[in-house]
Amino acid sequence: MNEMYPKRAANAAFRVLGGEAIVMNPEDSSLFSLNATAAVIWRAADGRRSLREIVVSDVCVEFEVEPEDAMREALEFASALAEHGILILAETPEAGA
Amino acid sequence: MSVCIGVGGMAVRVECPDARFLHELRRHYAGFVEDVTDGALELVVEPLPPPAVGSDAELEVRLEAGLWILHRGDFRAEWDPGAGKGVVRLHPNRYSLDSVLRIIHSLELARTGGGLLLHGASAVRNGRGFVFSGPSGAGKTTMARLAPAGVRLLTDEISYLRVAGDGFEAWGTPFAGELAQPGENIVAPLAALYFLRQAGENRIDPLSPSEALRLILKNTLFFAHDPVLVANVFALADRLAGSVEVGELSFAPDVRVWSLIR
Repeated sequence: MNEMYPKRAANAAFRVLGGEAIVMNPEDSSLFSLNATAAVIWRAADGRRSLREIVVSDVCVEFEVEPEDAMREALEFASALAEHGILILAETPEAGA
Repeated sequence: MSVCIGVGGMAVRVECPDARFLHELRRHYAGFVEDVTDGALELVVEPLPPPAVGSDAELEVRLEAGLWILHRGDFRAEWDPGAGKGVVRLHPNRYSLDSVLRIIHSLELARTGGGLLLHGASAVRNGRGFVFSGPSGAGKTTMARLAPAGVRLLTDEISYLRVAGDGFEAWGTPFAGELAQPGENIVAPLAALYFLRQAGENRIDPLSPSEALRLILKNTLFFAHDPVLVANVFALADRLAGSVEVGELSFAPDVRVWSLIR
């Protein structure tokens, strides 16, 4: 599988509270609640680090989960948010990485 | 000919050539009618004949060339936020105008970052404001009906919350729900915001910060899909969640629930 580099949509409004995140889509005001695992990925999604790197370095360390299980869930989560346009999945990292 | 309707400290002067309609508005908004003042927003009503075919088209609010276009089956309005002026074409009835006013207030509050409209009943007890929020059927009107003597109702449907210092104030509104009765035109510092849940007992449980923010956003009246306004509304909701007590109010539909509200 190719690497993907997640990045939060520029206008998405969000707040991380108690480890969880609330995200609002600026285009249609739809609301998303992210659990603690998803919130870690959301916070790290700057377009410079790959999803795999975020999962291995952040998610697995913080939650003590197996990389493959965590990666499967991360892909699901990232794809769902990408469908709503609030997470951008690029095949290459952003400049400045 | 016009009538000036002031809600939440924001006055809208409604101009209309239909004297009977203005008379109806003066009667309906009686507690909220103000002398025309400088600085009021201006809304011109262009009356239309009754529609040959009714339409239940859903509300659409969009920004076009700096103007907000408000379109529903029973009205079409253009609102210029920069000038604070707009025009609405509708067959004169207060229900349609009431909807237009709610939307204008929500847009102006979001634009200025001055406050929020929340689906909720609100009331003042012992000088403190309380909001009881939830979707249709949650019990907003029931809470209003159960209010004991000494409680002053602000609304049973749309709570008007304005930023004030480090907190918020709850204002009375004429925007009524099933109670079909305007609130009192008074204001009080907001002490607590409760999300209603009908149950067999009366109890208040705290909500996690993220759940509080989620429920506030879910119950906020907000019609415009605009990134700047979304950011403002989000920031206001976050501020609200952090500045007052926010909890879940489980309640059995009897007056004893009010013993928790002090």
